[in-house]
Amino acid sequence: MERRVAVIGVGWSGFAPQTADLSYKELMFEAATRAYEDAGVDPRRDVESFITCAEDYWEGFSIFDEFVPDQLGAVMKPTCTVSGDGLYGLAMAVMQIQSGLFDVVAVEAHSKASDLLTYEGVLRFALDPIFTRPLGWHPYALAGLEMARYLYDTGALEEHCALVVEKNRRNALANPLASYGATVTAEDVLASRPLFEPLKELDVAPLADGCVVMVLAAEGVARKLTDTPIWVLGMGWASESIAPEIRDWCRAVHVELAASMAYDMAGITSPAKELDLLEVDDRFSYKELQHVEALGVCTYGEAARLLEEGAFERDGELPVNPSGGCLGVGNLLEVMGLHKALEVVLQLRGEAGKRQVPDAEVGLAQAWRGLPTASSAVVIFGVEKEVGKA
Amino acid sequence: MSRKDIEEGRVPTFKDKPEARYAWAAGVAMGRFLAELKEGRIIGRRCRACGRVLVPPRMFCEWCFRPTDEWVYVRDTGTVLTYSISYLGPAAERLKEPVIIAVIELDGASPGIGILHKLGEVKPEAVHVGMRVKAVWKPPEEREGAITDILYFKPLEGGGGGE
Amino acid sequence: MMSSVKRRVAVVGAGITLFRRRLKETGRELSFYAAKMALDTAGITLRDVDAVVCGTAPDAFDGVHMKGEYLLDGMGGHRKPFVRVYVGGGTGVFTPIAAWWHVASGHFDIVLAVAEEKMSSCYPHPQKAFTTIFDPMLTRPLGANLVWIFALEMQRYMHVHGVKKEQIATIAVKNKRNALDHPCAQLAAKITVQDVLNSEVMVWPVQRLDISPPSDGAAAVVLAAEHVAKRLTDDPVWIEGVGWCLDSTYWTNRDLYYPKYVEYAARMAYKMAGIKNPPKEIDVAEPYDPFDYKEAHHAEGLMLARKGEYLKDVKDESDIFARYGRDGDLPICPSGGLLGVGNPIAAAGMMKVCEIFWQLRKEAGKRQVKNDPRTGVAQAWGDLMQVGTVVVMRV
Repeated sequence: MERRVAVIGVGWSGFAPQTADLSYKELMFEAATRAYEDAGVDPRRDVESFITCAEDYWEGFSIFDEFVPDQLGAVMKPTCTVSGDGLYGLAMAVMQIQSGLFDVVAVEAHSKASDLLTYEGVLRFALDPIFTRPLGWHPYALAGLEMARYLYDTGALEEHCALVVEKNRRNALANPLASYGATVTAEDVLASRPLFEPLKELDVAPLADGCVVMVLAAEGVARKLTDTPIWVLGMGWASESIAPEIRDWCRAVHVELAASMAYDMAGITSPAKELDLLEVDDRFSYKELQHVEALGVCTYGEAARLLEEGAFERDGELPVNPSGGCLGVGNLLEVMGLHKALEVVLQLRGEAGKRQVPDAEVGLAQAWRGLPTASSAVVIFGVEKEVGKA
Repeated sequence: MSRKDIEEGRVPTFKDKPEARYAWAAGVAMGRFLAELKEGRIIGRRCRACGRVLVPPRMFCEWCFRPTDEWVYVRDTGTVLTYSISYLGPAAERLKEPVIIAVIELDGASPGIGILHKLGEVKPEAVHVGMRVKAVWKPPEEREGAITDILYFKPLEGGGGGE
Repeated sequence: MMSSVKRRVAVVGAGITLFRRRLKETGRELSFYAAKMALDTAGITLRDVDAVVCGTAPDAFDGVHMKGEYLLDGMGGHRKPFVRVYVGGGTGVFTPIAAWWHVASGHFDIVLAVAEEKMSSCYPHPQKAFTTIFDPMLTRPLGANLVWIFALEMQRYMHVHGVKKEQIATIAVKNKRNALDHPCAQLAAKITVQDVLNSEVMVWPVQRLDISPPSDGAAAVVLAAEHVAKRLTDDPVWIEGVGWCLDSTYWTNRDLYYPKYVEYAARMAYKMAGIKNPPKEIDVAEPYDPFDYKEAHHAEGLMLARKGEYLKDVKDESDIFARYGRDGDLPICPSGGLLGVGNPIAAAGMMKVCEIFWQLRKEAGKRQVKNDPRTGVAQAWGDLMQVGTVVVMRV
């Protein structure tokens, strides 16, 4: 990667089960104001491109990008929407900068899930209209199917998935952004109401609101504006068909592909050794194990054992979801991955307070777009421009 | 393939209707705007940096990128900036009686700051750019805190001076 | 801002399906046909493609939430880096722009860009889905129809510049007639100005024949980095300029007579391409024409004519063909545009990019413009009278 890109500013707002007192525009204005303040930029003068990450049906508007420029400072500037997680937007921003078009780009994503009255109905609407929707299932049935096969193939147990919930909701207690920090034991999880066996109620992350804005800059500009640029070392993304009929029910192949692209770029050959922390999607508890394995940190089936041994704890060998993950922070729809990027950036800056992972220098954020997709993005951040240059 | 092919079942079809309902938080700016409409008033926000009085009100000025500074009531009279005569309803259905729509620059708001609404008590041929109009409100007990608390704008008698 | 662009990128293949009001094929199948045709003309297979960029407009039409994920099978996105971009009606020209930065940044060598729309899935009429583009508190309660905003804009354009309906109608005549030579065209026809003026009033001043129809269709292009493009073809068409710009959502606070955001997008693209005198340096243009007056509106935003002057010398049909027909100095919408070929939103913009590609390669058959074109511009528009997306291509 020749033209280096760094995160120079971050801002957020909301991060609560609901934010009824503010409109989504006001939420975005607050997060954007904080991000620009953090970056030391005036969006009207310094930010050259704006990328928002949204899906019409989460918002309740068609062509959602119509409604974004004003509160981001983007009026009469290059602005676009990526229909995807905020981490995709971040990858697009990196490419915009590396193509030489711009030096400074802002990325925004949010969840205003509290405005959405029919989450399940909208999620159902994402299923294939001819092959899947007519079955009439709740979309989470697909997660139940995958969890069953994952456990069968890897030998992991429901108890391990329950331990993921316990760890992440405990981690969330130390996170001011987390809506669902709690002391929940694995026994509580196993005893909770079955939804789509083996998936149980406490295996599923509840929804939350939140908005994150990040400012990225090309190296020269980044160094002028901040003493703590957090570098994008590598990025990757990949999709598979939504057709459940052709998917691998154990492996998250799309995550493997995305990670491979990111590791190539970052020059990482032993992720377990070279990464200091991971933020992965765990909106269904078993997903944390599956995603960690797909990221090549260990082989399939090993994650359960490592979890049990405490390797993924905040003070373990490879902390996973020190923020509390989706289970602790909430299912944040399209800002989920950008929140993970936020956590990694704060950790690498040493600004993670009680959640701080000691000596964190290289961190990975992974976003899965949720059911029924098989799409993921991975971004690796570092304190130094290159891995191993500490 | 024609619509009849589908309606008469000549092509295999799957029908579905999205279950998509929303309750958007109005937030600070629109919350106040709607509450004032219920009281028969139109309110805007002023940005002291550029000096504009903005309707619909917003808590941020998109030109200056800073929070707006104060609430400002504007008048319910104004000037037609552009207009049109619609024979189509929301689903492209043909309307028996056309609806006259306009963007109306409100007195008290900054130049060019207008809102979209309907015109009434006027023949389509009589409407023109620059026409002076005044809001006709629903009776107080029927108002809900919605843009439809104003039924339409009608011509101001005798022209009336603009601001 | 805008340091020298890292890598040159060329379009090396293009594909398109029929545009029709109602097609039997699913969105995935339409995408496949267009993508396959683009790959074939580029002389490559899906295995050679490094990444896929998708463009498709409101999910409400196809009837699938997160519809990019649903369509990706037909777009070659399975087990590849796949991303969907979306700027309303501007999407069709923005999709190749997003594909451009995939290649220009150095990350990918060959990128497939596919745009698709299946408006016929929306029942009883796609227009109903359009109501959801409006603000739910300010606009929807008034019973707004999509055509309202066009009518208000058209009225403003006519009022400020004194342009007459008879003049504007010549654009519909030109484009529908040009479309007779487009193999995919939905609404090609020989109509007259009088036909337009006699057609049903929808939302005055907009009449039925001023409007392009809703459609189903897909189109695609293959982009390649310079070293690859040169290997694949003797006639790469270089993307020399890209630009886009989004104006405020508060459209009732703006004067609609002029699309300033199209001008800003054009300036960004022209600067990159080194164009200083657009009417002289651009040989052929495809501005976005969902309504006839829009061609004029956008051509002025593209600075191909001064404000209000696009139709200055146009009194009747023969004038418009003389000024902007295929035999003239500045052919505009030689494809037949949206008015003639059809308007499957995202695919329509991509159709314009394909047209410039074929025109510059002299592969446009009966539609070929006669002025030996070297530089072409494709432009799309969308949202609430808000976004302009522009691509400059050159051989």
